[in-house]
Amino acid sequence: MKRFVIRRLISMIAVLFAISIATFCIFNVIPNSDPAQRLAGRHPTKGQIEAIRRQWGFDKPVYTQYAKMMEKIFTGDLVSYVSQVDVDKEILQDAPRTFSLAIGAAIMWMVFAIALGLYTAVRAGGFADRFLTVLALIGISMPVFWIGALMNYYLGFKWNIFPNGGYVPLTEDPLQWAYHLIMPWTALSLLFIGIYSRILRSNVLDTINDDYARTARAKGLPERQVLLRHVLRNSLIPIVTLWGLDFGAVVGGGALLTETVFDLQGVGQYVAESIAQLDVPPVLAVVMFGAFFVVVTNTVVDIIYATLDPRIRLT
Amino acid sequence: MAIEPATELASAVPEAIVAEGGRTRVAGLAPWRIALRRLRRNRVALAFGALFLVIVGMCLAAPIYADQIAHTDPYTNHLTEQITVHGVKKYVVAPSGVPIGPTYSGRFFLGADGNGRDIAVRLLYGGRASLTIGIGAALFTTLLSIIAGMLAGYYRGWVDAVIGRLLDLVWAYPVVLLGIALGTALALGGLKIGPLQIDGESKLIPTLVIAVIYVPYMARPLRGQVLALREKEFVEAARAQGAGSLRIMFSEILPNLSSSIVVFLPLLIANAILLEAALSFLGAGVRPPNPSWGTMIGDGVERIISGPHLAIVPGIMLVLNVLALNVFGDGVRDAFDPRARVRASH
Repeated sequence: MKRFVIRRLISMIAVLFAISIATFCIFNVIPNSDPAQRLAGRHPTKGQIEAIRRQWGFDKPVYTQYAKMMEKIFTGDLVSYVSQVDVDKEILQDAPRTFSLAIGAAIMWMVFAIALGLYTAVRAGGFADRFLTVLALIGISMPVFWIGALMNYYLGFKWNIFPNGGYVPLTEDPLQWAYHLIMPWTALSLLFIGIYSRILRSNVLDTINDDYARTARAKGLPERQVLLRHVLRNSLIPIVTLWGLDFGAVVGGGALLTETVFDLQGVGQYVAESIAQLDVPPVLAVVMFGAFFVVVTNTVVDIIYATLDPRIRLT
Repeated sequence: MAIEPATELASAVPEAIVAEGGRTRVAGLAPWRIALRRLRRNRVALAFGALFLVIVGMCLAAPIYADQIAHTDPYTNHLTEQITVHGVKKYVVAPSGVPIGPTYSGRFFLGADGNGRDIAVRLLYGGRASLTIGIGAALFTTLLSIIAGMLAGYYRGWVDAVIGRLLDLVWAYPVVLLGIALGTALALGGLKIGPLQIDGESKLIPTLVIAVIYVPYMARPLRGQVLALREKEFVEAARAQGAGSLRIMFSEILPNLSSSIVVFLPLLIANAILLEAALSFLGAGVRPPNPSWGTMIGDGVERIISGPHLAIVPGIMLVLNVLALNVFGDGVRDAFDPRARVRASH
């Protein structure tokens, strides 16, 4: 166990290191264009460009620039090229919004997916199953920014049922917090409800006639108990793994479409805006922040998975 | 599709595509035959497959529609014009800036956008862009995944380690995040690969970006299959006959991957089209004024208050198309996956 954790930690650091280099390269090597010129605006003089180049250190070799930027990320004095705002401060300010979105949506999609998956599996082949399966497929096929914008327009703007954008911190008013987040939660959850419920449905169908389920039935357990205690518990293992991974991805900037559509000002929206302005420092910092969460949740999920299911060997 | 369509793709791969299950009942039939027969019986999947073909056909016919029925092209502005709809003269774009809604007649069948361009025409041309990028990206992903999966699974050792780490790297990024980062960076300076020069405006850029992003999701399961296949007796037999590595990979192992690839393809196209839409929506995919379903939804969302049809129309088209591919892809998977029989018996 100890060896496994240590090995995972080492590979985690290696992946993070590789990601930071890759991200840096995407913006500094591929574009074939001078960042100093981009920063200087539309019609800069030669002297202005030179000054910016020296100020930001673009005249140094690429690896020095990289090292400098990474050093700044960890010491906390990285600033944006465009707005000169402290990047770490901005991320810390946006993170609670992203976490609010991710936690609420994750709970929502898990609860609905379990209910839907179990129900369709029990009713497999019937009308309800087919109808709900089609709904799940539609959920998978809808772009989140489209359904989000429609919700915003109809539920928020036209019929005034939910607030149109805005965010209220949980510490200020928990009720308003949830009220403002219901639409983003729903929009983000739809896709995952579709995916998870379908996986759960087929898992339940695969295990519903397994020997241990038959044993449970044979010893006289009511069907409800067999389903909830035995079949569901085993069918949930792969879903819980996915849950961890997807949660990590959502926190790590993966929800940027949802955040942008609902103007939540979260970490994802921050990175999307920074990319549009080719503002490298915030992108690098957020990607590191995001990759960190993805890799950490992956590792945690692996460890939990291994302890939950003794059949899985730690290698 | 916000993030990690991966999970959908990952679940799409049958753990082992074995045809023996079918053979006990239908003696002497090739596995492909059995699969196709199962697919033929699945009316719903076939209907949605047909829907996809209809959409493709409509988009291919875009120039005809534009010339013969709408009498315009996807770029021309009709901002100041007036048209007669069912005997009533109307502005294409009202002086207040509100564009005309669906007229359900030849010109402006689905209304105009904020620049006075015919939405129906743009929808068809946009479909061409979205479909080309989606299908192109999916085919390219398949090609790269086959190469990566076969090399890693066949040679193992350091080749596997290097390819595996590269895939891990792509995998660790949230899909949309990597997409806009690469898309924006490449659009700025274009791409130079040896003698090949791709312009920043080109549709090839989003195609390549999407293709690369989805490689790990397909290459990893293929690698797993190759690892198992290379130990099979028929590979040993080929080796005993003196076949080289390349020969074994292409004529012994590749045919055995074909059903996995067929199962993957429709789902890959669906996800690629969704990702194209997301990237274009964020301004990192197809560049305006070129239409694609993603850019049209993006425009529509911006102007949703002046006319919700601007966002609804391209969105419905996109959803229909992706839904068709998903349902058809599901049918294909059920047909090629022996567990499909287990599922149908419930």
